[in-house]
Amino acid sequence: MKSAVIVFPASNCDRDAKVALEQMTGKTPAMVWHQDSELPDVDLVVLPGGFSYGDYLRCGAMASQSVVMRSVKAHADKGGMVLGVCNGFQVLTESHMLPGALMRNAALKFVCKPVGLEVQETQSGFTRKYENGQRVTFPVAHGEGSYFADEDTLDRLEGENRVAFRYAKGENPNGSARNIAGILSEKRNVLGLMPHPERVVDNALGGTDGRGLFQSLIEALS
Amino acid sequence: MTKITPEMVREHGLSDAEYQKILDLMGREPSFVELGIFSVMWSEHCSYKSTRAHLKKLPTKAPWVIQGPGENAGVIDIGDGDAAIFKMESHNHPSFIEPYQGAATGVGGIMRDVFTMGARPIAMMNALRFGEPSHPKTRHLVSGVVSGIGGYGNCMGVPTVGGEVNFHPSYNGNILVNAMCVGLARQDKIFLSAAKGAGNPVVYVGSKTGRDGIHGATMASAEFDDASEEKRPTVQVGDPFTEKLLLEACLELMATDAIIAIQDMGAAGLTSSSAEMGDKGGSGIELDLDKVPQRETNMTAYEMMLSESQERMLAVLKPGREAQAEAIFKKWELDFAVIGITTDTSRLVVKHKGKVEADMPITALSDAAPIYERPYAERKPMAGEPAYDKSKPVLASLKTILASPDMASRRWVWEQYDHTVMSDTVQVPGGDAAVVRIHGTNKALAITTDVTPRYCRPDPFEGGKQAVAEAWRNLTAVGALPLAVTDNLNYGNPQKPEIMWEIVAGIDGIGAACRALDFPVIGGNCSLYNETNGEGILPTPAIGAVGLMKDVTKMATVAFKRSNDVIILIGETRGHLGQSIYLREIEGREEGASPKVELAIEKKHGDFVRGLIEAGRVDTVHDVSDGGLLVAIAEMAMPRGIGASVGIAGLPDAIPFWFGEDQARYVIAAPFAEAEKIVSEAIAAAITVAELGKTGGDKITLDDKDSAAIAELKVGFEDWFPNFMSGEEIPVTD
Repeated sequence: MKSAVIVFPASNCDRDAKVALEQMTGKTPAMVWHQDSELPDVDLVVLPGGFSYGDYLRCGAMASQSVVMRSVKAHADKGGMVLGVCNGFQVLTESHMLPGALMRNAALKFVCKPVGLEVQETQSGFTRKYENGQRVTFPVAHGEGSYFADEDTLDRLEGENRVAFRYAKGENPNGSARNIAGILSEKRNVLGLMPHPERVVDNALGGTDGRGLFQSLIEALS
Repeated sequence: MTKITPEMVREHGLSDAEYQKILDLMGREPSFVELGIFSVMWSEHCSYKSTRAHLKKLPTKAPWVIQGPGENAGVIDIGDGDAAIFKMESHNHPSFIEPYQGAATGVGGIMRDVFTMGARPIAMMNALRFGEPSHPKTRHLVSGVVSGIGGYGNCMGVPTVGGEVNFHPSYNGNILVNAMCVGLARQDKIFLSAAKGAGNPVVYVGSKTGRDGIHGATMASAEFDDASEEKRPTVQVGDPFTEKLLLEACLELMATDAIIAIQDMGAAGLTSSSAEMGDKGGSGIELDLDKVPQRETNMTAYEMMLSESQERMLAVLKPGREAQAEAIFKKWELDFAVIGITTDTSRLVVKHKGKVEADMPITALSDAAPIYERPYAERKPMAGEPAYDKSKPVLASLKTILASPDMASRRWVWEQYDHTVMSDTVQVPGGDAAVVRIHGTNKALAITTDVTPRYCRPDPFEGGKQAVAEAWRNLTAVGALPLAVTDNLNYGNPQKPEIMWEIVAGIDGIGAACRALDFPVIGGNCSLYNETNGEGILPTPAIGAVGLMKDVTKMATVAFKRSNDVIILIGETRGHLGQSIYLREIEGREEGASPKVELAIEKKHGDFVRGLIEAGRVDTVHDVSDGGLLVAIAEMAMPRGIGASVGIAGLPDAIPFWFGEDQARYVIAAPFAEAEKIVSEAIAAAITVAELGKTGGDKITLDDKDSAAIAELKVGFEDWFPNFMSGEEIPVTD
């Protein structure tokens, strides 16, 4: 599995994504600068967490207009896989590669803590190594992670089994609609989620629940 | 040329004697720009004029110290060619006036101090002091400071791994915001600020210069009064996005060999960075302000030299390397301009629009700056054993203490900080010290900030000692070898002899403890004049400290992990209730003597405990500090809900035993066989040791009689902060 991590100015989980990919796949991902117009030949593109362009507009809004995102969209259109974590999820909704929007947390504060999630959908290249309904714990670290979409869109996401991760009961850290933590694109090759799977692949850091996501990708893409 | 009047001199915070000294040094009347430059360089904040004579007494050397005080940050050797670079600095005055931006730019400033030396910041900490919770401003200040620290640090992608939060009425008019940054560099890639050699280009990188923060250093060197809110325009505005770019661009430039010297533009901006670089390099600097990237129009030389606009750096490059450096900064879309050149004149020359606005010897700003041996009035330490009501039930008091402002969980605070980014935070906030792994290795740094201000007013010397000892103990309790200290000395007005004595005694106490514990001071910062309407803060010499763990898998944490572990107390309990949390929270009094720190015993006990952790024999350790022994046990029980049954046969008086704040103590929990060995080894080493009981159950039980459910204790402990913050409407001050 070949992968690339996009680096926007003020991406700050780019190294974490790189280290997790190295640990899980044994291969170093290509680090792609936001002004590069072409992607290397890869199977997976990761949009990492951070504060792209400072996020002084809506989070991810500036990044969605960047040169590199045209190539990322083209990659997805061809069926290539794209994983957006945290700020990466925000970039995906701002780029209309995923529906809905991520709004300010209901408590109006940044929140960093481990949260319990349920894997809601295992029919995807991102989640096939998990059990359906499996409870996992990933950390969140965001100020604007409250997932919002109109009722029709939410119904459609659920009807098409595109809600990949949901916050477990009593764990919703940000007021997301229907406890949604991560969603798939229509073609199921794009996943955006607010919690950070790349921060839980190393046992020294308090858990390895994120490994399943990377193991799923390795299996799907090999 | 503007004629300098006595009013101007006063407005610049200079005394008549200081102005006379300026006249003597210059041999003429200074220009207005020169007066401004003198005023910031000779301010307390930049010159340390009241403390320098005393700071010299601190121990600063050890075989592992690579760089002591005097640079942007201190540097220690952590083996394998790696260096840890760290410093703590205050941003008290701006944070009181404008809490979000004050705290945010405090974080940004200390990060620049660390990465300007070539280090990638890997952890942030902070020490915060606010007024009493009931004060109408406190909630607003807590909310603003915490979100400001988070807002800046989170965007930078550097984990904020903990710190301290205290409340006390003495901070009602002067909050303290001390931020610490720890960075990691290779020992052969450390950058200093000495601008050696003539004819080298002086380059400006980062943000454009605006009118913000003019005279911030002077503001930070004066007392507040009721009109201080009017000083809001002197608070800078932070831009963490630009700082993140500046960090990456600087580290990219540092990977080349183009840099001779580099320094961030912090307090007093362009003035202090150029003067300090010239001074350390023994060279002169000539600046052409027309070349300075400017955010506003028609800025004067005075404004540019005194602006404290954030996210800027000044560097001296090797000649001919400008294009290489410029390409890096252009890639990161940052301003880059050659604004001057080094000279062999040892003078700072400032030109603007074809006019020489300042031309002064650099030594006049550094070596010749005033140093005061300010008079101090020694005060006898407070003494005496306070009385207390012996009939008060112990467990009810425990519950009250755990839900009190200074003892309740700080989760509300640290959940607003991204403490796990960079994927190396091995021990998150809430323990004795944070532990951050050295990326890609099995080594780790333990980090803590400590001081107990309520000990420092009654006895500034013992209080200074205790701050160092507690930091050393916290690092030890996770299993790290304490290596070095950065001090952030927050005091009132040094021109008052009683305050000056607090400063002198505090520094003496810090020095005594650092010497005894082999724990050198490698940098720091002083924040004086923390007074409003003549009322000073509690003396608050905050200690930031770093220790090294060679094998992070051996790390200890406070949480009880198993049932039936034996609970062991290391250290002697005499039941010292003077100035304790118990006395304040239960009896409503702050009185008596501060606890004494016996440094030799401190070292002996700490070395013993660390040895057990390093050998992989214990994984559950907590130091005993605020609140005393029973509070420590409760803090070990609450994380995993594993209880304890404890007691001592024939205890004459329960309250001082469970709540006294005697020093040099640790609680350990270990399985029976290991515990028996530990106890006999302690006895053989002449260390006071006691078996207190066993872990297990979901309650804390005393003497097999009374008990308190952990779940219930935890409610009060966890709920105080969120309840306080969500209380009545936060007063709006805008």
